[in-house]
Amino acid sequence: MDIPRNWRLRDQRYRLQGTKCTSCGERHFPPRQVCPRCKGRALEPYVFKGRGTVYSYTVVYQAPEGYEDYVPYVVALVDLEEGVRVTAQLTDISPDEVSIGMPVEMVVRKLYEEGDQGIILYGYKFRPLLTP
Amino acid sequence: MRDVAIVGIGQTPVREHWDRGLRDLAVEAILAAMDDAHIRRADALFVGNMLSGTLGFQEHLGALIAEYAGLEGIEAVKVEAACGSAAAALRQAVLAVQSGQVDVAIAVGVEKLTELASKCTTNALAMAADADYEAVMGLSFVAINALLMRRYMYEYRVNKEDFAAFTVNAHANAQHNPFAMFRMPITREQYAAAKMIADPINLLDSSPVSDGAAAVVVAAADKAWEFSEAPVRVAACEVGTDTVALDNRENPLWLKGVERSARRAYQKAGISPQEIGVYEVHDAFSIMAALSLEASGLAEPGTAVRLANEGEITPQGRIPIATMGGLKGRGHPVGATGLYQVVECVLQLRGQAPAAVQVPDVQYAMAQNIGGSGATVITTILERLTK
Repeated sequence: MDIPRNWRLRDQRYRLQGTKCTSCGERHFPPRQVCPRCKGRALEPYVFKGRGTVYSYTVVYQAPEGYEDYVPYVVALVDLEEGVRVTAQLTDISPDEVSIGMPVEMVVRKLYEEGDQGIILYGYKFRPLLTP
Repeated sequence: MRDVAIVGIGQTPVREHWDRGLRDLAVEAILAAMDDAHIRRADALFVGNMLSGTLGFQEHLGALIAEYAGLEGIEAVKVEAACGSAAAALRQAVLAVQSGQVDVAIAVGVEKLTELASKCTTNALAMAADADYEAVMGLSFVAINALLMRRYMYEYRVNKEDFAAFTVNAHANAQHNPFAMFRMPITREQYAAAKMIADPINLLDSSPVSDGAAAVVVAAADKAWEFSEAPVRVAACEVGTDTVALDNRENPLWLKGVERSARRAYQKAGISPQEIGVYEVHDAFSIMAALSLEASGLAEPGTAVRLANEGEITPQGRIPIATMGGLKGRGHPVGATGLYQVVECVLQLRGQAPAAVQVPDVQYAMAQNIGGSGATVITTILERLTK
């Protein structure tokens, strides 16, 4: 992964910052320039609360390059409270404890290390809901 | 706009072609298609390919392949739409001839996925997804399809074992296709015991990494008989799109790209889904076959797996799919796949399919090529022509 890209995406990776349409109120993640619902272009930043439920998940056994050390790991589609769905790994949970519908919350964790000399990339993952 | 027809077809076997390069495969398919159409020249070449740059360090395929196919000097470009690249190239060939700008166009799809270690290929294939928001999470392309399959099983109360029907049918048909990669049957027991890749997707839900090329010659329909003893009319070749990232879809189990593309194609061809005699489906994973049947209007939502288990998808069934093995059995050289599907539909319409999988009296055959997890979909409907 290139460094400018990871720097550029810091507001998304570390705090789930998306956009909100000032015309129709629709919220988006990732951030957009055009609202997919009303096609409006007046959008403002919106930080998601980071709480939601699991819509679907998979347990990865054969990983892409760079992720081999983490298998088996869980990747899920998470429905955020604000009505937006995101793709992220689940953490602090073993694969056989995951179920569709379970409440989860966002945390920042290591996504991967780019070899011994490369960057360590951090970003959002979701863990079982601890905060009441 | 004038009517167009496919007047020549060619394909290489789908294999791990370690001894053959990308240009060799493409040229072999093109020459076979040109021989089939009895031509020595063409006006334009459209090359479908996804990963020549990433896995072969070679771009600029239009001019390169035209040169080596003996077509140096003609209009030639590469078309890319992930695993939908080949049918996207066909769409360009069809438009070129329809418009009257070009008289004879060739579309070829070519892919070499076995150049590097399989991990590199896995990473490269994930480029069909959203790099910033899907792939970075450690999501392989298999895993994206696993997210769909898990939700499908949950929502429609379908058992994992029941998806075996798609794999069993694909392999049963591939046995008879000399160009197929896996010419052996698979049992339900073998399916149930297969190694898990991204739960719930196992090895036998998945199409194989492979190499190959397929090509067609497109010409004006009113001249078609001058080229071919058995031309086939392109009744429709229509593209629909959807969001690239799965998470941006309101209902991921309904492939809107498939619905949009299929609906446009039925409308253009002036037929209903029930008139399709053969459906070459994009079964990159068995869940994709199920979702495609549903979004194409050939099965009600949540019923495709049952349809498959009732035997309706076999060559003898109501809606035969993957008649030459599909992506699962024939193989899935991604940027070539869409034209393999079209070549197979032409063989069905000509009555030249292997006897065991020939569907009798097909009037309309449909090939549907999908890029990504449903973001680009090209549906081609072909019609038998009689003199």
